[in-house]
Amino acid sequence: MVLLQISEPGQSPEPHQRRRAVGIDLGTTNSLVATVRSGTPETLLDNEQQHLLPSVVHYGTAGEVTVGRSAYAQSSSDPLNTLISVKRFMGRGVEDIKTLGSQLPYEIVARDADGSSSKGMPNFKTVAGNISPVAASAEILRVLVERAELALDGALDGAVITVPAYFDEAQRQATKDAATLAGVKVLRLLNEPTAAAVAYGLDQGGEGVIAVYDLGGGTFDISILRLSHGVFEVLSTGGDSALGGDDFDRALAQWIAEQAGLGEDLGPSEQRQLLMEARKAKEVLSEQTQVNISVAGWSGVLGRDQLDALIDPLIDKTLRSCKRALRDAGLNPNDVASVVMVGGSTRTPRVRGKVAEAFGQDPLVNIDPDRVVAIGAAIQADVLVGNKPGDEMLLLDVIPLSLGIETMGGLMEKIIHRNTTIPVAKAQDFTTFKDGQTAMSIHVLQGERELISDCRSLARFELRGIPAMVAGAAKIRVSFQVDADGLLNVSAKELTSGIEAHIEVKPSYGLNDDDVTRMLKESYTHAREDMQLRALREQQVDADRMYEDLLAALNEDGRQLLNDDEYHCLEVALKDLDKIRQSENHREIARHIEMVSKTSEEFAARRMNASIRKALAGHSLDDVEKDV
Amino acid sequence: MDFTSNYFEMFGLPVSYQVDLSLLSERYRDMQREFHPDRYANKPAQEQRLAVQYAAVINQAFSELKSPLLRAQYLLSLKNIEGQGDARITRDPLFLMQQIELREKLADASQAGDAFSLLEEVAEEAESEYSALQKVFDQQYSHSLFQDALETVAKMQFFSKLLVEVEQREHELDD
Repeated sequence: MVLLQISEPGQSPEPHQRRRAVGIDLGTTNSLVATVRSGTPETLLDNEQQHLLPSVVHYGTAGEVTVGRSAYAQSSSDPLNTLISVKRFMGRGVEDIKTLGSQLPYEIVARDADGSSSKGMPNFKTVAGNISPVAASAEILRVLVERAELALDGALDGAVITVPAYFDEAQRQATKDAATLAGVKVLRLLNEPTAAAVAYGLDQGGEGVIAVYDLGGGTFDISILRLSHGVFEVLSTGGDSALGGDDFDRALAQWIAEQAGLGEDLGPSEQRQLLMEARKAKEVLSEQTQVNISVAGWSGVLGRDQLDALIDPLIDKTLRSCKRALRDAGLNPNDVASVVMVGGSTRTPRVRGKVAEAFGQDPLVNIDPDRVVAIGAAIQADVLVGNKPGDEMLLLDVIPLSLGIETMGGLMEKIIHRNTTIPVAKAQDFTTFKDGQTAMSIHVLQGERELISDCRSLARFELRGIPAMVAGAAKIRVSFQVDADGLLNVSAKELTSGIEAHIEVKPSYGLNDDDVTRMLKESYTHAREDMQLRALREQQVDADRMYEDLLAALNEDGRQLLNDDEYHCLEVALKDLDKIRQSENHREIARHIEMVSKTSEEFAARRMNASIRKALAGHSLDDVEKDV
Repeated sequence: MDFTSNYFEMFGLPVSYQVDLSLLSERYRDMQREFHPDRYANKPAQEQRLAVQYAAVINQAFSELKSPLLRAQYLLSLKNIEGQGDARITRDPLFLMQQIELREKLADASQAGDAFSLLEEVAEEAESEYSALQKVFDQQYSHSLFQDALETVAKMQFFSKLLVEVEQREHELDD
């Protein structure tokens, strides 16, 4: 029956079933999940009718894990076992964390991430053992996924998870690892400001330059985008991965401590309480002009002016980043058609006022700044999962930080510059500097500074077996490829001999594969779903997708692009795939997917060539001459 | 995709130093609409891999045609002319003098009290030289004076680098 369909050109296969896809905003302070239902994106509520899930995880003595409001409620009574703002620790080393602020109310232990790294990955010491930021984030993701699966009545096909545009490779990888641990398929890591621009751009139907000012709890991002006929082109990004509303709270807490005559050495519990008071006061001042504060027997009045004075230096820092991002995009403030506000910290009136002043226009605040990112992510997830065929929207994103390698003298040689549109592939040639040198060490770095000590080390690998030659005779080509997710692949090849080495960059502070496997095993004990079943389901979904796609492709132009033998060959492969995809053997299914994929490679290439000819057919020579 | 065609042909544009930038952007977006990996998110893995490669080439082509300096270099590389233009500018005493002066100004600006306005001056001078050189290049190239054009590119390179440096100094002053 199926074969009959194949040989009948023009017949379209079954329409794709609507897939379950969500956008997840994994925030420093709060997290949300959103989806597109009946064409409308919406954030999903928990059973208490709340959108926001506080990004707080509490570990109890009996091994129970709570997430959200109930966890937050325990933060001052049980600070060491309540993890708050773990996003700030994602993909960071212990050394980095020391610079995040001296007043961390946690006990941090270093654990080597990959043995080779001297700087360990930080873990929080809790009653439930040492917990990594990745594991804590996975707990938050699990709760959101559960919420979505309840609302959508079934297992998710995939999620778009947002990250600050300023996140480096290590931080992105850590986020992906958290998703893996939580058992979510990541369709894409999407930059938060881009997600917000999508939500606004599609909502307002506006065209032109959009500036997205995103001030969250722990991070600040500025992105400049151009929207033109559904294509969002990111022109530049900038920001500070360690600046946010939490810093407002800290500045205010410090002021309160000074006023109240509290000493420097507060216990973790008092620190927490002070910070919570500060945050409350800050929030009240968004609505009122003054607030009463009472802390540890001291009470006083805080006016909005005083708060403004405390946070102005921080806001000014964000405005300098805005200026820089505009300059990187080659634009002036008056080129900006709209300014979009994202993140809970943009509720602070002083922030809105100063941003309006800097751009000479009132910023847009009509979509809830807490929800706008999740909404944009849900729209993108809907497109990526295949629910929206057609060409309404495309995102062209950039890499936020330059990528390069270490050269002589501890200097960073940039190979891909920041703000380059992805995907991108670049190569650069290097040579040996000693006679008879047979190996070359490649140290992959990310950052803007010249000295490698100021850049982030992402990976090291070696190219061995270079034939012995005089110094400078070998020609080593180092190639960087960044895919649409912003993830990097590096390879090195000696051109005269053809010797090659290759690495998929797993940044030093991410988890290595063993870690992920171990943690997945650990999570078996309280897993809701058997991993084998999940693997089977995933393979089946992939097989179904491949089957439908190839069937449609064969029907569409198989006859035109393939000779009889080739056509027959694919037909048989497809028939086998159809048989096996209904079985229960996920390894066998995977093997067939791989096989069909190989068999249809040439067909795919021809199809794409045909479509570029079609794409260019519109631009005939006449056109070109007219345009000149 | 035909990787042997040159970047201009890829975008359906005439091979020329003068490029209609808004038309280029429009064609670029059309191409990405067709080939961006997101368009292949549900397609077989090998089509996805191809899409990543195609999109990367399209991005590269766009960035080279967009930049006045890279476009000039690319045009010369199509004529198989590469390399030694800087050997000739180092013998151009007027150009050398100007280089030294601008570099001194840049160095002084970083220490001066009104650093930003001094940097702005350097940037303005460099920018006006840079755009004048672009006109010169266009003339030389269209008259097939490729060796002269190569020397002009070397000069453009100098001003482009200087502009980047000015920007870096501004960042440093900001922090």
